[in-house]
Amino acid sequence: MIRTVLIDDEPLARSIVAEYLQSYAEIEIVQQCNDGFEGVKAIAQHKPDLIFLDIQMPKINGFEMLELIDQPPSVIFTTAFDEYAIKAFEAHAIDYLLKPFSKDRFDKALQKWFAQRHQDTKKTIAIREEIRQPEERNRIVVKEAGNIRIIPVNEIQYMEAYDDYVKIYTAKEMFLKKKTMSFYEQILDPSLFVRVHRSYIMQLSQLTRIEPLEKDTHVALLKSGVRIPLSKTGYTKLKSVLGL
Amino acid sequence: MAAAFQRISYQKLIIVYGLWCTSWVILQAYATTYTFGFDWRLTLTDAAITNILIAASGYVMVSMMRFYRPNQAVRLGLSVGLALLCIFAMNQLVPATLTEQQEYQDFVSRSLFIRALYCWLMITLVSTISWLWFSVTEQQEAEKRNVATEKLAREAELSRLRQQLQPHFLFNSLNSISALAGTRPEEARKMIQQLSDFLRGTLKKDDQQLVTLSEELQHLQLYLEIEKVRFGHRLNTVIDRDENALSMKLPSLLLQPVVENAIKFGLYDTTGETMIRIKANSEEGNLIISVENPFDPASAQPKQGTGFGLNSIQRRLYLLYARQDLLSTQQRENIFTTSIKIPQTV
Repeated sequence: MIRTVLIDDEPLARSIVAEYLQSYAEIEIVQQCNDGFEGVKAIAQHKPDLIFLDIQMPKINGFEMLELIDQPPSVIFTTAFDEYAIKAFEAHAIDYLLKPFSKDRFDKALQKWFAQRHQDTKKTIAIREEIRQPEERNRIVVKEAGNIRIIPVNEIQYMEAYDDYVKIYTAKEMFLKKKTMSFYEQILDPSLFVRVHRSYIMQLSQLTRIEPLEKDTHVALLKSGVRIPLSKTGYTKLKSVLGL
Repeated sequence: MAAAFQRISYQKLIIVYGLWCTSWVILQAYATTYTFGFDWRLTLTDAAITNILIAASGYVMVSMMRFYRPNQAVRLGLSVGLALLCIFAMNQLVPATLTEQQEYQDFVSRSLFIRALYCWLMITLVSTISWLWFSVTEQQEAEKRNVATEKLAREAELSRLRQQLQPHFLFNSLNSISALAGTRPEEARKMIQQLSDFLRGTLKKDDQQLVTLSEELQHLQLYLEIEKVRFGHRLNTVIDRDENALSMKLPSLLLQPVVENAIKFGLYDTTGETMIRIKANSEEGNLIISVENPFDPASAQPKQGTGFGLNSIQRRLYLLYARQDLLSTQQRENIFTTSIKIPQTV
């Protein structure tokens, strides 16, 4: 039996996928989810082979949901986005279905998946930056002790590289996220966040002063009292952003 | 149209110019006859020759300025040159015409300097007037063009702001219809009807047309019905309106985008059921409409200004009423309120 989960905030949008799936006796819908939170739980619980995923959903969008899953199943996106936007991630998902879609189009997507599923393609879903949703620049979604947390970026004091992870520091807490420093350097607003070191990104508004450390080296002192080392290029970058 | 207008004016100008020259011919002839006691036939011939030369020079200046307006130095040089040319021509023409009149020829020779000055002054006067006239005409044309361009831009912007129908809304609605068609065809048909009525409503309305609140609420109702089919039980709405506000006027299609924004904000920022509350009442002769939606203060960032999709509504209100204070937002606990004030005095 092939197990699938439908994730869409519109009940009717899920019902049409369910209806189309009736002609596939070998596919079982194990759960239908209203949002990404339910989706994360359902995927952890059922370990489905395939999911049908909407992009625009409450609280966290489809892309953010996928980020929270360590080994995501195959994904067929179902979305009302226009074709142009969707082209950007065509290569990375099994397929995408533009709402409203026909049974024929749906069948094609499934055939494509059937053809690919036994090939050893552990596709990681890398989504190109240009189709990231605007809200993703304002928040970071993390999983912490089984709970999903949404951190507004303005609460982030600094970030530190940590092997394959990034440590995200807010005033009270630290979160781990499996991402790279260069990812955040790209996605965060450069007028608010500066990569001041190979291993550090800091929020500008947190800076109280820059102190010399040794000859030619400097540290940034944050409001919280934390000191962040500045690399030579980081120091130059910080000065230019501050207009010094 | 504008070219024809300009041509007529130009012909008029030529006539006025001709009359002006003729009057100078008479004036000069009279003055020289009266002052120096020459025979009027002599003075009239002289005056005619002089002023025709001046008129020709002036015409040269005017014709040039129709197409090209040189700076002051060039104009001065030209007028001096033309004045000298006039004097030279006059000095040839007067003796050639008035042969046998030695006394008059002597008079002309003696008065050459004053004649040159007179020619120069007249040419300068004509060229200055025509320079001003053409400049002003051109400026008026440019202004007219500017006003027309601005008006076009404003209309285009208004229509763009008004017609920001979200394709997302349309495609998701069509998807819902597609889902209903399989299992509940009657409901699918009903939703097609509602969607058609809604779309027709957005198409037929004029940008700057004012409609009554009750008309706008009817249109809004169609939109809400469609959204409720899409989101099912998650979306609840309450419309609370004052009876005497129903006949008040507001720009067409203003309310629906505000509500759309509230629904989007409410549904995408919270999970579970969402209550959208729409209130309309009259206050000090203004129509006040407020739309409330829930949000999550922990994750939402509506801190900067009006944010969200409200910028285009703000802009539209500004273009229509030239006021920035008509749209305001407020956050209280987990409720976000958008208020719009519509002045009723036209």
